[in-house]
Amino acid sequence: MGEQTQTLDLVSIRNDFPILNQKIGKHPLIYFDNGATTQKPLSVIQSIENYYKTFNANIHRGAHFLADKGTTAFEGSREKLKNFINAETAEQVIFTKGTTESFNIVASGLAKSYLKAGDEILITGMEHHANIVPWQMACETSGAILKVIPVLENGELDMESAEKLLSEKTKVLSFVYVSNSLGTINPAKELIQKAQKLGALTMLDCAQAVGHFAVDVQDLGADFIAFSGHKMFGPTGIGILYGKKNQLENLPPFQGGGEMIKEVTFEKTTYNELPFKFEAGTPNIADGIALGTAVDYIQSLDRQAVEAHELELLQLATNIIENKAGLRIIGTATHKSSVVSFVSDHAHPSDLGTLLDQYGIAVRTGHHCCQPLMRRFEIPGTVRISLSFYNTKEELNAFSGHLDKVLGMLS
Amino acid sequence: MSTKSIAEIQNEIVEEFELFDDWTDRYEYIIDLGKKNPPLPEKFKVEDNIIKGCQSQVWLVSTFENGLVHFQADSDAIIVKGLVGLLIRVLSGHKPEEISSADLFFIDKIGMTSHLAQTRSNGLLSMVKQMKFYGLAYGTQSNKDLQTEQ
Repeated sequence: MGEQTQTLDLVSIRNDFPILNQKIGKHPLIYFDNGATTQKPLSVIQSIENYYKTFNANIHRGAHFLADKGTTAFEGSREKLKNFINAETAEQVIFTKGTTESFNIVASGLAKSYLKAGDEILITGMEHHANIVPWQMACETSGAILKVIPVLENGELDMESAEKLLSEKTKVLSFVYVSNSLGTINPAKELIQKAQKLGALTMLDCAQAVGHFAVDVQDLGADFIAFSGHKMFGPTGIGILYGKKNQLENLPPFQGGGEMIKEVTFEKTTYNELPFKFEAGTPNIADGIALGTAVDYIQSLDRQAVEAHELELLQLATNIIENKAGLRIIGTATHKSSVVSFVSDHAHPSDLGTLLDQYGIAVRTGHHCCQPLMRRFEIPGTVRISLSFYNTKEELNAFSGHLDKVLGMLS
Repeated sequence: MSTKSIAEIQNEIVEEFELFDDWTDRYEYIIDLGKKNPPLPEKFKVEDNIIKGCQSQVWLVSTFENGLVHFQADSDAIIVKGLVGLLIRVLSGHKPEEISSADLFFIDKIGMTSHLAQTRSNGLLSMVKQMKFYGLAYGTQSNKDLQTEQ
């Protein structure tokens, strides 16, 4: 932390994101749905355009100028991602479609190669469906059993229960670093270490972390880590699976096809080495390269100032909701990312979202792909404002005024 | 039982909405409709009658009497309930084939098209589909009944 308060040049930053400068009907767009996807800076948009305009070619093959340029850019992006998460080597950074695919690669692979009947897979009660369903499918094929660490009333994990649920039977612990619906930042390193002491493999969902603060995979120590490009200012349809080298080598391939093979005969195929073993078919080249550009963009910012600004936004948003009669915040953990989820005692989240939309305010309403968590809090869903560094206090104050009107209409 | 056609009722609704100056009036009217529509008796709020959406739930019940289909519906979200009320006003009390072939032009004309978008939002599109499906099903059923009587 610096001695003086760092400030971001928000005018300049907002100019980097052309989409923010528009009106929805009569009202300026207020984009508070960053948990669903973040907006893209001009450099990322230009990177995609530049690829298709000037060096589109299939990579990792073909001895010609464009193919070489594409390969260099794509592998250069992998290197940037490696540095971004502090991975040991670039080959441990696998390009996937996104967090969901990363989970499916690991869960389906472990179901084939590692899990046995009676083994336990431990997740938490605040997981996104992407970290529930692939494991349920793995349980079906392997006979393993899914166990769940409960969530406390304030949206933190019940660590006492976690201690009890972790045992020698636990073969996998897979959980979310930052909850998409509550904003809770879980004690990832502590849980990973506890699980690893018992010999379990660990997987961490970093989808909602990478866009907000630095993630160091070696420091965290998880065996596998997943995140999506589009939640960190990169394109949709591209994401990352990181794994410890030996774990990725032990894991069977997810899909068969080109790129992932070393030698194919009709009798037997040998698989390619990392990372290509998990990248069957022509990869998403343009978006893979643009994800590297998104990393460049993030790293061009003063990350301490970003975190300080997001914390300020979180505090203001929390105050706004807390000071309105009949509203209740779901998720009041001590360590939170810039997410405020709330319910009203008289208005349905869907109605609030519909009317806020008329004021040009983009929020997410519903169960946020966390149906079990909504059931735990006995609510149909929430209204969620998820903030990013390009959001401003002025936007929050405007939102506050519009929310009053909307609540009035629904009373 | 409705004596007006599906198109006539839609025109009535469009005319009513023309009186409103802006979206707040339109939505206030829909919210009001949602509040006024009688809630569905609890016995009908069962899994079989739910049309699931990502954001809100809708319960839809239909009955078929004297050749006409009648709908009752409810939602946990008040705007959706108001919109459902409009759909019921348009479609309830008509013949199955009139319902299944209805062109619901009023939704667009009153500025509510966004509620029919293919998002996983509120199941309104699913509801229109379900109402038309009931129309189709009762139509087939009554044709069969006619054939058996003959």
